[in-house]
Amino acid sequence: MDRSNALKTLAAVIGLLALVAVPIIADAAGSTAWISMATRILIYGMAAASLNFALGYGGLVSFGHAAFFGLGGYVVGILYQTYADETLLFGFIPGTNQLLVTLPATILVTGIAAAAIGALSLRTGGVQFIMITLAFAQMLFFFFSGLSAYGGEDGLIIRRTNELFGLNMRDRATLYWVTLAITALFFVIYRRLTMSSFGTIVSGLRQNERRMAALGIEAYRYRLIAFILSGIGTGIAGAMLANVMRFTSPDLLAWHTSGQLMIMVILGGVGTVTGPFLGAAVLLILEDVLNAWTENWPLILGLVLLVVVLQARGGLMAIVNLVRGNRS
Amino acid sequence: MNARSLLLAGLLASACAIPGAQAQDPVKIGMVTTLSGPAGYLGQDVRDGFNLAVELGEGKLGGVPVEVVVEDDNRNPGQARQIAEGMVFDEDIKIMTGIIFSNILNAVAPDVLDADAFYISPNAAPSNLAGAECDQNFFSVAWQNDALHEAAGFVAENEGYGSAFLLAANYQAGKDALTGFKRRFSGEVVGEIYTPIEQNEFSAELAQIRAANPEVVYQFFPGGAGIAFLRQYQQAGLLGEIPLVLGEPTGDAVILNAVGDAALGLRVGSHWNEDFDNEASQTFVAAWRERYGDRPITTYASQGYDTAHVIGAGLAANGGDMDDADTFREGVRSADFESVRGDFAFDKNHQPIQNWYAMTVVEGENGPKLRTDGIVAEHVSDVYVDECKM
Amino acid sequence: MLLIFEQILNGVQYGVMLFLLAAGLTLIFGIMQVINLAHGSLYMVGAYAGTWFAQETGSFWLGLPAGLLAAALTGVLIEVIVVRRLYDRDHLEQVLATFALILIFNQLVIMIFGRQPFFVAMPEGLQESIQLLPGLQYPPYRLLIIAAGLGVAVGLYFLITKTRIGMLVRAGATDREMVRALGVNVRLLYTVIFGFGALLAGLAGYLAGPIFAVQVGMGEQILLTTFVVVVIGGVGSIRGAFVAGLILGVLDTCLRAFLPGILRLVMAGPDADALGAGIAAMGIYLLMAIVLLIRPQGLFPAAH
Repeated sequence: MDRSNALKTLAAVIGLLALVAVPIIADAAGSTAWISMATRILIYGMAAASLNFALGYGGLVSFGHAAFFGLGGYVVGILYQTYADETLLFGFIPGTNQLLVTLPATILVTGIAAAAIGALSLRTGGVQFIMITLAFAQMLFFFFSGLSAYGGEDGLIIRRTNELFGLNMRDRATLYWVTLAITALFFVIYRRLTMSSFGTIVSGLRQNERRMAALGIEAYRYRLIAFILSGIGTGIAGAMLANVMRFTSPDLLAWHTSGQLMIMVILGGVGTVTGPFLGAAVLLILEDVLNAWTENWPLILGLVLLVVVLQARGGLMAIVNLVRGNRS
Repeated sequence: MNARSLLLAGLLASACAIPGAQAQDPVKIGMVTTLSGPAGYLGQDVRDGFNLAVELGEGKLGGVPVEVVVEDDNRNPGQARQIAEGMVFDEDIKIMTGIIFSNILNAVAPDVLDADAFYISPNAAPSNLAGAECDQNFFSVAWQNDALHEAAGFVAENEGYGSAFLLAANYQAGKDALTGFKRRFSGEVVGEIYTPIEQNEFSAELAQIRAANPEVVYQFFPGGAGIAFLRQYQQAGLLGEIPLVLGEPTGDAVILNAVGDAALGLRVGSHWNEDFDNEASQTFVAAWRERYGDRPITTYASQGYDTAHVIGAGLAANGGDMDDADTFREGVRSADFESVRGDFAFDKNHQPIQNWYAMTVVEGENGPKLRTDGIVAEHVSDVYVDECKM
Repeated sequence: MLLIFEQILNGVQYGVMLFLLAAGLTLIFGIMQVINLAHGSLYMVGAYAGTWFAQETGSFWLGLPAGLLAAALTGVLIEVIVVRRLYDRDHLEQVLATFALILIFNQLVIMIFGRQPFFVAMPEGLQESIQLLPGLQYPPYRLLIIAAGLGVAVGLYFLITKTRIGMLVRAGATDREMVRALGVNVRLLYTVIFGFGALLAGLAGYLAGPIFAVQVGMGEQILLTTFVVVVIGGVGSIRGAFVAGLILGVLDTCLRAFLPGILRLVMAGPDADALGAGIAAMGIYLLMAIVLLIRPQGLFPAAH
């Protein structure tokens, strides 16, 4: 038991070192675009993992997480624009370009949004829950598409990435490391959450609500908290994406973004800790590599996804576990 | 673990794929364009027009051998950004082009321009890049976005219509479109409707048009929605009663083909048509016919073709030595090439100064086609030029 | 007054059309509990195949069976190769699989037919608008769509409630094992229903061709709206889908037609137009949210 734990820790350390070294390796290989790719994977991984907490653990199949992803992006974008124009938002909120302010602001805004959407949506279940979360996301999408003060459909350019401790955030490697640090922190919290008693209760509610009710657990409240946490995580990812892209647009709020996050979760493995990160990595890399190879890349991507879903019950993590199991 | 090893494998694979740069290597041109989804034909035509120019030059532009690298942005700003970064930072491509949509250009342009690469736009040209955020390395070959709608405004003004009914989708480009039209149209606007994005069903709007009974209708619904609008306009029996004026994005050759006979008689404001009698245009049309048969020639294809020649003008100046960016820029700015549009020059904000024409949809051999009637606006630039500090 | 009447008629017409688009989906989604994102692809297949055949033969009416057949065959193929293996799996795996199918079908259509939108001829004799009432012109093709929608509604109602196959469908949806135990080939039954749902999608796609644009990605544009119709109506309920379609059609049309005018009474013209369009766009989603909050199972919850 001790030995396997030590091995696990060793593996985690090596993994972390490898992740830290990505920009150095990419630079040495002359493929610096992979730094941005790795950054995007971390960000989408965070968003997908957050969705997975609601979807995989809580059984809350949200088709509207793009709302939180996009809101996170717009918090950064609108605060930056307010800062650049030296005006006050709603007449009393000053703008900012400090990451240490925009991230808490994102947490606040997406938390409130998730509380409102969750409080209403959780009165339904099943397919209706899927559709009602979609409905709220679509309303936000149309709202931001028509918001001409912030670019409307054309999106909002963020001239400079948010500042943090005087680091050179223009440098892509620095930005990657900052994202990695945030992702690592996120991962620790997320992993603990899934294993905490709270996570167990949320999972329990998915498996057998009646039994949990018999234990005196209020399903609605636990689910709402899970949904809010999930929304906040996705919002943070959206805020980071806006920083990395230096751009945000209603595209982030569109239903296909919700779909994309969902596909990442399912591809990686629903209800697994690392699956969503794996799913995000495979989907984004496949898109990029296949696209460079042939203009008919969607066909091949579709076939690959189809084979995975038909052959592997439980996504890519199931395959990974199978390989691991065989080895030991 | 797998995610990481995959990433590493990817890194190594792409590292091996890049050959060492040599002096006599062709100049690489990066083209990020939209090939998927309903708007895929726009990117396809820009690409094919561009490649046609390269083929006619036997692999050279401005006497310098070039290599065009094309990738599909999937109409997704994030994907476009990723591709552009790979091209600019890793493949060291100094000349970028191809983007169709303004929101994608807004996501990609800052990075490309900050890296001192050039962006020569064959289509998208939002107002910010023409005005306050203009850049010495950004050139728009096609137009400034507003000009498309101003051209239609010129056509309506020229015809002497007294009242107009305007429709557009409810997003930024739609609002800009109607503003642009009204800038050049002095008659009364008797109705202005913004429809939800992606709406394809227009009976409610058609009833309102009929009730308002304007002298002319202008609509900006690009792509499938535009096709649906024109067909429903005909089906409702409005076509014979109230004339329609179109801008280029809603009246290109592909859309007219998909609309069929319902398009006959429509007026379009445009900057190029296949019946232009200048030599460059005739060469282009003949080459297209030979290469692609009776596939419609859109203005997008002509823009791709012209963009290639604009780049050619820059390469002719610096002889393909992209370290000499200043000479390349001067060459591009001189616009020393034969445009299929005839007269062509860049204004000081690097947007085109060109003529706009009135056209009518008439019957052709393979469906409806455009006939050029005459110039409606000569040597016009855009209204953002004074905001540009360059 | 006449304008208001005309707009309501437009709304009804749009509503019937929404029902037509949603009918196949209700069948597959509601009765078989399969989340089929590729429903839009079947709609596209019907439109492309039918239109292509109509162009080759020069007859709109010959294109109709071709479109139906192509969509139904594609549906059966999808069911046998992909969906059948996913019945006992998680809903989410159906989502991933059918999403993959969307990618595949869109790219196949590009490879076969190219990227340009397709021209669809109007059927002979239905091109010119006719006079319904004095001062009210109406396109006859729209009336044809209303007729087709009503026909499908009535036909489905009889099929589900009055025939043996309908009885099996209802029974299979309630208790699959019991139907199997009674000696019914459930496997075949499901293939047939899926194919039939695909046929309805193909019908909607082909009939929508002359009104909308036949182009790549056309299926995704209607996908969300049809899901909304099905869910508001109550998953699995034909009657619900019909009523929900009508309500949505009338609501959407009236919001677009009258809201900007009403808002203009209280604010400046351009703002009113933009806000009106914004609210109209959100309209159907707002309605869905409200309906689901009041009646979580939709307007007409299916019996099971």
